[in-house]
Amino acid sequence: MTSPAVTTAPVATATVPDTHTSTKRFALGIFDDEDVLLHAIDNIRAAGVKIYDVFSPYPVHGIDDALGIERSRLPIAAFFYGMCGLAFALWLQIYTLGFDWPMIIGGKPHIALPAFIPVTFELTVFFTCHGMVITFYTISKLYPRFKTPVLDVRSTDDKFVVAIELDEHSSQLPKLTQLLRENGASEVNQKEMTKF
Amino acid sequence: MQYVSPVREPLVTSGKTYHDVTQDICYQVEAAPNIRWMGALGVALVLLGVFFYSVYRTLWYGIGEWGLNKTIGWAWDITNFVWWVGIGHAGTLISAVLLLFRQKWRSSINRAAEAMTIFAVICAAMFPVLHMGRPWLAFYVFPLQNTLGSLWANFNSPLLWDVFAISTYFTVSLVFWYTGLVPDFATIRDRAKGKIAKVSYSLLSMGWTGSAKHWSRYETVSLILAGVSTPLVLSVHTIVSMDFATSVVPGWHTTIFPPYFVAGAIFSGFAMVLTLMLITRVVFKLEDYITLEHIALMNKIMMVTGSIVGVAYITEFFIAWYSQVEYEQYCFINRATGPYWWAYLSMMSCNVLSPQFVWIRRIRYSITMTFILSIIVNIGMWFERFVIIVSSLHRDYLPSSWAMFSPTRIDVGVYVGTIGLFFTLFLLFAKFFPVINMAEVKTILKYTVNDGPTYGGSNDGSRNPSGYHATPAIAPHSTPGVPASAPVNYDKQND
Repeated sequence: MTSPAVTTAPVATATVPDTHTSTKRFALGIFDDEDVLLHAIDNIRAAGVKIYDVFSPYPVHGIDDALGIERSRLPIAAFFYGMCGLAFALWLQIYTLGFDWPMIIGGKPHIALPAFIPVTFELTVFFTCHGMVITFYTISKLYPRFKTPVLDVRSTDDKFVVAIELDEHSSQLPKLTQLLRENGASEVNQKEMTKF
Repeated sequence: MQYVSPVREPLVTSGKTYHDVTQDICYQVEAAPNIRWMGALGVALVLLGVFFYSVYRTLWYGIGEWGLNKTIGWAWDITNFVWWVGIGHAGTLISAVLLLFRQKWRSSINRAAEAMTIFAVICAAMFPVLHMGRPWLAFYVFPLQNTLGSLWANFNSPLLWDVFAISTYFTVSLVFWYTGLVPDFATIRDRAKGKIAKVSYSLLSMGWTGSAKHWSRYETVSLILAGVSTPLVLSVHTIVSMDFATSVVPGWHTTIFPPYFVAGAIFSGFAMVLTLMLITRVVFKLEDYITLEHIALMNKIMMVTGSIVGVAYITEFFIAWYSQVEYEQYCFINRATGPYWWAYLSMMSCNVLSPQFVWIRRIRYSITMTFILSIIVNIGMWFERFVIIVSSLHRDYLPSSWAMFSPTRIDVGVYVGTIGLFFTLFLLFAKFFPVINMAEVKTILKYTVNDGPTYGGSNDGSRNPSGYHATPAIAPHSTPGVPASAPVNYDKQND
């Protein structure tokens, strides 16, 4: 777990570089304001530095464009799931009442399509919603876990954290510190994460 | 980037910072339960006991424990069912419809309203299931080939549509609510001191870190969920109304029912949201988040939907006369002047008259008056369903089978018991879950506590919390594609 201890001056880690492949080092630029953050992201990217990720307490509008995150294709998936639900609902009702066990109900035709509209609609919504939500949790690798590694605990409270991945000697750190500071970061920290 | 006019009332008052929001909302989750909460939970648990006793009697001795008779086969049970489902509608309306209409004030009430929806639907579901008499065979409603042969469910039946509508509504509301809770669970997790709290909120938060990519997807998911929930919420009460409207019972066989029921549902739902919110804001000291402005806005929605309901009552009467159907006419005259005149009068005065007081600004902004009105509306909407169900059934085509309905102790017990169940769930939610969507409130904070697009400045210069802002007034970040010469509110128009 992360510790909330904050070091304003970056301290080079004394430990021998971990050979474990999953250990990663990050320079963390801490920002207090979303507009400062967005300007900083533009400038950092313009300087040719690759941003690993940005952590924020709430969805910052415009951050997708600033970071170059592509528009999510979840709506397409949702439409697909909805169509599956629609097809399933129609098949279910037509097959069961029309073919498997046809019964005369109220003198209506076996396949009384207008009467099938409500269930078809509900199942379409059901499939759309649950299919999309399951996809969202799966692709985002969100699942219940006992311990959640966080780079800076304040990123779920009031700080915006820009994480930039470092090499194993943290050689770019002084340069990155300067870049982040110049762009309004209130702090720059270094952080190692074994499993991330 | 968004622009909010300085003439708008701030959505969150007292110049809260992001950290203040976290602090204020997490407080009641982290603090030891207070006496008032424990007292309320005690009362709710007693009522829950009444519920379990009444359900035990209903299951052990059968439906005969209720006051139903040969003529009136649906009474309190279906009244309560429709009442609870209706109450549930406000939550989805606030979280979905108001999201699509970009009503930012919804941010501080949507969490509790959605919780209310879920708990109300749980209460509602009790009644049809108990009315089955043998609830252990409830799975017969699903299209499963059952043990009796290859019979299937009847998809022509509005009661089966109801099964699909309510289960879809419940599960969709649940995942919508939970997905919104995940980032807030992460906030509580990162603040938690105790081991148990840390592990439980870590499990609940699904490993949320607030990554930009996740937020981007989260926003997409919220928008699509809101998009599908909007027709869903309208469909649910439409289908509930079809339980009545597709029958040939005078007083039920009415094409006006779907919109009339939906308006009534939103009306009663907002009344219940107001009741709950007025209590919650005081008990948890959330007056800065649920402001008088919020209360006035909800009052307005209540007034509009209440007036729609009023028009529907009058239209029904007119159509009964205009249809020239003797039975239809008798049914409505009997409703107003027959033995159930008092129920009709309660319905008319509570639902049509009382919301009209909201036209007066003083009442709209008065906490006491709003609370009283919200309770009156809840009572009125219960009577509406009672009038529709019982007064239409009690005098049918054959005068020899005319009857009256009188509830038994068990009828009352099941109803009062579900109120206990509802409040037990709501109180547990209010203690262990964040009652206000922190992440969403933070998104509106910067643009609503201050008078313009820059954070830190204010009218009187006193709002800027010391030390919070290292940097003074920052130029708003412009999105690529927005021309540099665009007016300040460019984004707002395209938002």
